[in-house]
Amino acid sequence: MAGPISFLGVPLKRPKVAFFEFTACEGCQLQILNNEHTLIGFLNLVEIVNFREAMTERSDDYEIAFVEGSISRSDEVERLLEIRRNARILIAFGSCACFGGVNQLKNRFADLDWVTKEVYGDFPVETDEVHPIADYVAVDLNIYGCPVKKEEVEQIVTNLVVGKSVKIPDFPVCMECKAKENICLFELGEPCLGPVTRAGCDAWCPSNRRGCWGCRGPAGVVNMDQLEEIFNNYGFKNVELIDRLECFGGFTDFTSKLRTKAACEQRKTEGRS
Amino acid sequence: MKLSCNIDIRHLTRVEGHGNIRIKISDGKVVEAKWEVVETPRFFEAMLVGKHWENAPYICGRICGICSIGHTLASIRAIENAFQIQPTVQTARLRLLLKHMETLQSHILHLYFLAAPDFLGTGSVLPLINSHPDVIQRALRLKMIANDACDIIGGRRIHPIRTVVGGFTMLPQKKELDGIRQRLAAAAPDLVASAELFKSFATPSFVRETEFVSLKGENDYPFIGGEMISSDGVRHKEADYRKMTNEYCVKGSTSKWSKLSRKSFAVGALARMNNNFGMLHSAARNVASELAFAPVCHNPFMCNVAQLVECVHVVYDSISLIDELLALPLQEDRQTVSPRKGCGVGAIEVPRGILYHYYEFNAKGTLVKADCVIPTSQNHANIHHDIEEMAMQYSQTNVDDRDIELLAQMLVRSYDPCISCSVH
Repeated sequence: MAGPISFLGVPLKRPKVAFFEFTACEGCQLQILNNEHTLIGFLNLVEIVNFREAMTERSDDYEIAFVEGSISRSDEVERLLEIRRNARILIAFGSCACFGGVNQLKNRFADLDWVTKEVYGDFPVETDEVHPIADYVAVDLNIYGCPVKKEEVEQIVTNLVVGKSVKIPDFPVCMECKAKENICLFELGEPCLGPVTRAGCDAWCPSNRRGCWGCRGPAGVVNMDQLEEIFNNYGFKNVELIDRLECFGGFTDFTSKLRTKAACEQRKTEGRS
Repeated sequence: MKLSCNIDIRHLTRVEGHGNIRIKISDGKVVEAKWEVVETPRFFEAMLVGKHWENAPYICGRICGICSIGHTLASIRAIENAFQIQPTVQTARLRLLLKHMETLQSHILHLYFLAAPDFLGTGSVLPLINSHPDVIQRALRLKMIANDACDIIGGRRIHPIRTVVGGFTMLPQKKELDGIRQRLAAAAPDLVASAELFKSFATPSFVRETEFVSLKGENDYPFIGGEMISSDGVRHKEADYRKMTNEYCVKGSTSKWSKLSRKSFAVGALARMNNNFGMLHSAARNVASELAFAPVCHNPFMCNVAQLVECVHVVYDSISLIDELLALPLQEDRQTVSPRKGCGVGAIEVPRGILYHYYEFNAKGTLVKADCVIPTSQNHANIHHDIEEMAMQYSQTNVDDRDIELLAQMLVRSYDPCISCSVH
């Protein structure tokens, strides 16, 4: 790579960085190769020693491990534990690693056999319930998002390299959305999880006129009852709220409560008709 | 005659997802030669059951990080076909433009970042940043135009936001489209230089007679919908996709395999070009002849060349599409959706080949069945049989083990497999 790097005149050491993936679409790793105008500078900040999607060389000598994907098979647990042993800093990279991501949608079926049969028929395929990586190893830092926002990743990696602390916002997406002077999507007839979802994406979806689906999980403080009220006041049913809340796995506790409630409502409606 | 060789590549690098290559030759005989897919399955088809229609494109885009736009559009098309929604001309143009830009970014990523290091003798793109700065800058310029275009049309380059059933949540501004047009027009020298670079690479001469499956263009080089055709003469309507794919499970692979007239077939840029060569933009056909491509080409390594030719095609076709979009005022475009009981198929040519999404809905618009057939899963059997044939050919030669190992890796990479996608 290019010459030495420094910050405020102080020479810096490039940390050795490795990327790994488990049950995932590898989109978050692909983001690493995006933002072409800053890519060379970004790559120069670190020494990448492991990145299967983009390079053949491999090494177990690394300080920072970026782990993409959720865990859904026994061999993944073993590999994850080994990564944890090697890494000084282990980062859950993207919503699948942080919360299970869309993959955990299969957990809503109590019968895993049904899930495998639906896709593979009688052909035997190993799979377990989907878990975020923190269920198996200690995670030092979560980088949220489906996909992760490259600008945020650049900022975080820069902070890690220069030794600054990393601050992930704990306020909701609504604040970023308001700052961008967007019309509230509820007013445009679109449900949105902006009031309860952790910011940091710069209100990516609402600014493109699409309601937030909560891919970054809950903000620091959330009022779920209020959110339910907003949905209902704007004429959205609880099933629509559930669809959004359960999509990426960040709101599991609340969705299970809501599911029971929605099932009761459904039974009542059916009883009446 | 080659007496022995033992190649065991676990988790092939510079491809998307996890696959292994195993070749064992003993006493001049091929004992084992196979392509194994060990990726963890995600069960998207099961995840969708019980979900409202609106979830499908949003969730299914997450099947893949590289071709999320293609998955989203195939999913949208399947729903629109099921609910009998006809997209407007403007929506159709914007979707095709978005698809072209995904094709360009995916092909450039593959050609420069994943394939080129093999030909330039490095393990990755990283050393090339210093040794071949002009090559890397060119790759970044081309990739950036495509990604920026995906941002302005789809709202994001991975897992698009603005693309919905019935149209778009928001439209790009005309000046943004014009900006992309100017950058695409200015990209001509970069495309010429890309062709020169790949012309300087020695394409391995391996050939295995193959059946090729793709959409069949009527008047245009095909990308979205229409009939499917195979080079062996099979032809089916979009709704009959299962007759084209015939998926089945195999030991040692978490991805399904496909077959048609023979034991395997190929999809992707090479298949598209073999089946629709005459409909390519003339500039693309010129590049094809410069790179010694003539249909029907049975050398899988020529998939790289086919992708490069397609880059030229999509750049020139995108310029025409933008001209058409700029000629009229852009109208807010999002139709209301009325769900109905029924089923629909969306067949789309994504960078690695033909992709199918199939959904079945009840009267409320809830999904009761989903099926997604991925290009790479259709290619797996063909990749496997290519490796077998390659091992057979090399068992009779004195080629060094390491050369065979590299060639086998390059062979798989030339298919640009998207393994996570194939094990969705």
